[in-house]
Amino acid sequence: MVKLSGFIPPAREFRSVLPIIELAVLISALIAPWVLISTPELITLGTNILILSLLAISFDLCWGYSGIMSFGQALFFGVAGYVVALVGRDFGYSYGWGALPLAMAVGLLLSFFFAAFLLLGRRTPSVIFVSLGTLTGAYAAERLVSGWQYVGAGNGMSSVKLLQFGDVEMVEGIGFYHLALFILVVAYLVSRVIVRSQFGLVLAGMRQNEERLAFLGYRIQVFKALIFSFAGMLAGLAGAIFAFHQGFIGPGNMGPGLSTTAVLYALFGGGGTLIGPVVGVFLIETISYFLADQDAIKQYWPVILGALLLSVVAFKPTGILGFFVTARERIGSYGGRR
Amino acid sequence: MSDMLVVSQLTKRYGTLQALDGVDLVVKRNSFHGLIGPNGSGKSTFLKAIAGAHLPSSGTICFNGQDITDASSYERARLGLSLKFQITAVLDELSVYDNVLLAVQASNSLWSLLLSKTRLTLKDQVMSALDRFQLADRADELAGVLSHGEQQWLEIAMALAIGPKLLLLDEPTAGMSPEERRITGELLRPIKEECSLLIVEHDLDFIREISDEITLLDQGKVLDTGTVEQIQNSTKAQQAYTTRV
Repeated sequence: MVKLSGFIPPAREFRSVLPIIELAVLISALIAPWVLISTPELITLGTNILILSLLAISFDLCWGYSGIMSFGQALFFGVAGYVVALVGRDFGYSYGWGALPLAMAVGLLLSFFFAAFLLLGRRTPSVIFVSLGTLTGAYAAERLVSGWQYVGAGNGMSSVKLLQFGDVEMVEGIGFYHLALFILVVAYLVSRVIVRSQFGLVLAGMRQNEERLAFLGYRIQVFKALIFSFAGMLAGLAGAIFAFHQGFIGPGNMGPGLSTTAVLYALFGGGGTLIGPVVGVFLIETISYFLADQDAIKQYWPVILGALLLSVVAFKPTGILGFFVTARERIGSYGGRR
Repeated sequence: MSDMLVVSQLTKRYGTLQALDGVDLVVKRNSFHGLIGPNGSGKSTFLKAIAGAHLPSSGTICFNGQDITDASSYERARLGLSLKFQITAVLDELSVYDNVLLAVQASNSLWSLLLSKTRLTLKDQVMSALDRFQLADRADELAGVLSHGEQQWLEIAMALAIGPKLLLLDEPTAGMSPEERRITGELLRPIKEECSLLIVEHDLDFIREISDEITLLDQGKVLDTGTVEQIQNSTKAQQAYTTRV
């Protein structure tokens, strides 16, 4: 059971801030490439932020909306990345119309496989059981590919074939940035429809009291498995775009390290909202990028970043977004009254 | 009058503790059945076993002619069993309206929920359920800001909104003022036309006023069962309670 903290004012004091933040982030993301056009490395950073935002949203759909603590999002991300890299290498195929749906299917099927074991039992599983199950899966997969020569073992797979749409090859730069932004916006809107639907109301109820919902006639396990699989599909899509963009996929892109980073993105930005993880990725990746470039603190930046993350998670559980958005708005309203 | 619930030789053990010991109980269709007993007599355990929160160690539970002994709680809910918890379990971070909407939409298909097909069409049903328990004016408020008594009513409204054949109420008047208890009784009486009721309650005056039949539990066993008058005159009941039934 997840309890959202923070003062919750009555409905009539409810002010809608989230759409303004969402719009501001979208406008900033649209303007950014034109502002950064002379610094290609920042365009690359921006593209990475967009791709990792998709991964962070996939985690937040599990935890922030549904109370499923998944440490396995990087597993779906990494496996899909490996699959598109292998298909490119062994079959010479990297067309976006086929490769990206393939990655989504891989993420969906793999996460459904995990859901079948971890979530679809007779009784609803505990948070610890699910988190350890997904963590073990991510760890085992990382170890497996680290020793498997066919997929490059510890070196991973480099020179991933470029993503193609017809005759156009997507290389790093503004074109890829816009592709990543388009995919993120579509995935965001679909997720937004889901979490604001009557299905989303069930998730919101489930997050607070699973037992109560079961006594109303909901088979909680099915709802959990569905949202977990959908989130796995988004993580798979993110993994494929990441592999195409970086031209590389390695064991570190599917293990507990990246899974934990996805958790931090969401918690830092603000879980239980879709825009919070995007903000979290932006802040963490940008701060990391600039701190790592400062000679004076180059060696210490992970410590500084760690302290910052710890402070936010410990003292502001609602994340950065919690400073601007009330708990009432994060939880939302689902009925036909408003 | 056929029987809605037939429980036979129900037992429940927690390690060495025998919480229920061969309980037999019958709830008739469209009747109110009270379950009374001293603290620790197994009333709430019995109710939870009926609702599916705990599977019994042995015995059978037959609901509306169907054996549900091994059914999960959501399967029982879908068959028409509805439970109101002893400790209020409204979803306090959701609005009052959304709490009832959750109950009303529980029978919708997944596809319908994803597409929010019934969001508008269920509005009247939700408002009517709230109106019945005097909560219509507070539909937009968060359930967490309601008073204790109002939360109890909201939970009964949710339990009733799924259209149950048998409603299980675990101490619906706990923590209520005398006025709220009186109103609760008035709100519950009309539901006899819709469903049967199995009610656990410590307030013996309340249960005497509302019940058609009463079963007395003590230490996990049925001490006596009968009409209100029979239980009032039961020496077993008088021995179990210092208070007159």
